[in-house]
Amino acid sequence: MEGTRCWQCGQPTAGALFCPSCNHLQQPTSDYYKFFGLPQKLNLDPGDLQKRFYSLSRQLHPDRFTRSTPTERQYSLEATAILNDGYRVLRDPVSRAEYVLRQRGFDVGEQRSKDVPPELLEEVFELNMALEELKVGDESAREQLEESRARFRSMRDEVDSQLQQLFVRYDESADQDSANAILQEIRGVLNRRRYIRNLVDQVERELAA
Amino acid sequence: MSSTFQIDFSAAHKPVIVGIDLGTTNSLVAFMDLTGPKVIPGPEGERLVPSIVSVRQDGEVVAGNPARQLLIEQPDRTVYSVKRLMGKGVSDIGEELRLFPFRIAEGSESVVRLQLGDRTFTPPEISAHVLRQLKQNAEAYLGRPVTQAVITVPAYFNDAQRQATKDAGRIAGLEVLRLVNEPTAASLAYGLDKRKDGVIAVYDLGGGTFDISILRLHEGIFEVLATNGDTHLGGDDIDNRLIQIALEDIQSEWGEDIGKNREAVQLLRRAVIQAKEELSFVPVTKIELEYQGKAYRRELTRDLFEKLIADIVERTLGPCRDCLRDAGLSPEQIDEVVLVGGSTRIPLVQKAVETLFKARPHTELNPDEVVALGAAVQAGILAGDVQDKLLLDVTPLSLGIETMGGVVSKLIHRNSTIPASATEIFTTGVDGQRNVLIHVVQGERELAKDCRSLARFDLKDIEPMPAGMARIEVRFLIDANGILNVSARDLRTGKEQSVDVKPSYGLTDEQVEAMILESYEKAEEDIRERQAREARVEADTIMNALEKAKQNDAWLELTDEERRTIDEALNRLLMVYHSDDHLLIRQSIEHLNNVTMKLAENMMNSAVSNALKGTKL
Repeated sequence: MEGTRCWQCGQPTAGALFCPSCNHLQQPTSDYYKFFGLPQKLNLDPGDLQKRFYSLSRQLHPDRFTRSTPTERQYSLEATAILNDGYRVLRDPVSRAEYVLRQRGFDVGEQRSKDVPPELLEEVFELNMALEELKVGDESAREQLEESRARFRSMRDEVDSQLQQLFVRYDESADQDSANAILQEIRGVLNRRRYIRNLVDQVERELAA
Repeated sequence: MSSTFQIDFSAAHKPVIVGIDLGTTNSLVAFMDLTGPKVIPGPEGERLVPSIVSVRQDGEVVAGNPARQLLIEQPDRTVYSVKRLMGKGVSDIGEELRLFPFRIAEGSESVVRLQLGDRTFTPPEISAHVLRQLKQNAEAYLGRPVTQAVITVPAYFNDAQRQATKDAGRIAGLEVLRLVNEPTAASLAYGLDKRKDGVIAVYDLGGGTFDISILRLHEGIFEVLATNGDTHLGGDDIDNRLIQIALEDIQSEWGEDIGKNREAVQLLRRAVIQAKEELSFVPVTKIELEYQGKAYRRELTRDLFEKLIADIVERTLGPCRDCLRDAGLSPEQIDEVVLVGGSTRIPLVQKAVETLFKARPHTELNPDEVVALGAAVQAGILAGDVQDKLLLDVTPLSLGIETMGGVVSKLIHRNSTIPASATEIFTTGVDGQRNVLIHVVQGERELAKDCRSLARFDLKDIEPMPAGMARIEVRFLIDANGILNVSARDLRTGKEQSVDVKPSYGLTDEQVEAMILESYEKAEEDIRERQAREARVEADTIMNALEKAKQNDAWLELTDEERRTIDEALNRLLMVYHSDDHLLIRQSIEHLNNVTMKLAENMMNSAVSNALKGTKL
């Protein structure tokens, strides 16, 4: 980005959204962090992110380029799409972590339901029993399900605070190797979290039915 | 005049952008003047243009009030509520056909074609006639050409419905700079941002569609948090309910079913709409119909009316609750509620909204006009005249592609701020495969067959190579109009990959182009035809006058030569009378006028002398 020149006037842009010389909109970067002008940290201040989002929206939205050249209109459309996509990803801690993992070359696939985390095996077994009982009309299973829900929810909270700590450690990591090691850990916690979230959803659906 | 001193130099250079509310029942056009958004009235001062189009017996297409008159006289050549058919295929509209007297032409699958007289029209062409009427009204009022517009659509419109609306604009000769969601437009018109930041809900119950949107206002930014709705719910449903009841009454009173009689049903529709509208202001009214010497009269109280429509009003509340949930808000967190659409005049609707959101709804602005006014504000934003406001809208439906087993893989989730994008990498499954077909759908269901098919994209001319080696990146981008754009790139070469689009519903680009051409030709034909007709009327006047003059003494006072010249001129006019060239007719009229000058003078003189004689007596 640093070496790029303005498509309009040919002057160097130093990676800015608008050419410092002629003020024309440039082809946007697709890196969400760079786009928002933020360092790649896992902890972000939501208020600051929102402020940046609004401010960039005001500058880049296609509404502002109705009477501009086709090139600028296209760049505005692309830039605003990246802005909106990026805001959606970065404002949620989980999707933000997944984004960083992908950027760093980690594979973040949806976990198969078969791959139950070993420490949850017993819980899941009991849950499935209770779900079966509820389905055949055994109302006493409802109480058990409510207990399960409370337990899964506290598990999820626990996982979230675990993530939070890992985020802090990642942001403070001194070198690439230790950062990658932490990301590896985060990936494992995210898988566990996804599994627990599915369980909570499932129980809540059954209880609501 | 004072206006000479207030020349707006910027307006002289910039073309005007109008805001258009293309409604199910009525349409309006508005623009931004120096004081704010204003509705542009038609030639008779009317602010609402009925969204009705009729083909007269002589073949001329009329829209708006003239078409409304023809709805009773020639219901089979007149179409209304066509918005319900926009972006629909024939298989979608079974229910519609039961309730509306639309005649579907043969040979239409992905696009509905309506038969009006001996011509067929697609819904975008019908809407284009309404748009053209609005365009003319605006041009007459503003005194300059209008070629650019912002048009509103229900927030819950899908891609095909939006595309159809844009097509209608193009056919009408309007560059549609932006499609804006109706509830969002309404919130702009209210200028709620001037008061304070907060969260507002916009409840929009129109003639045929229902929308609910929840927005956050922050320093002039209108950020839509979530939207929901039903594109098949509105005042029409209330009308149809009342018609059904009246038809049953009439059947038992008169012993005859007039439900098949289009003229009678149209009269009845007018009667129930009048009763419905009255009940917003008085506690009791009557539905009255007189038809072929028989009279039907039924008292309707507001109490009974509310019982009859309770389930229709209730149907709007589900989407409201879903919308709150998607926005992550409870009803208590809604600061303001705005009502849009004629149906929100119904007291029961207002009560239901107030109960749900626990806030007294805003009703200061005319619910029929607020959307058009908002569209004009958005036009002002696009023109650069309004700089402190910005709309950030969302896509109402998730976008996905069909994968193995007909399962949908979601790429862009509903309620994502637009423009929004997603990229997917596609490859080949067979050695030497040249094409990859991508089926794009819109909706929330798991299976592609339960979602709305948008289009099939054909990645063509892939270089032959072993299976799985090709890497084609496809970018799905929903633009600020809520319309999907697809582009593809071969990742190995970095070159643009060609994509063929086959829309599942709606018109292809070529079809729209053909319609634009045809509409120009037709418009010219229409104008020529009208001018010729006007010239013939003038010819009739002068020929009648000459007929009378021949009975006068003045005729006999002319020389034979003079009389022959006049008769020749009359013959010349008669010969060109039926020509469609109005200039030719007018030339002959003028010639006849010239050669009868002396005759007219003689008649005048004798009239004067007669009159003078009269005074002497």
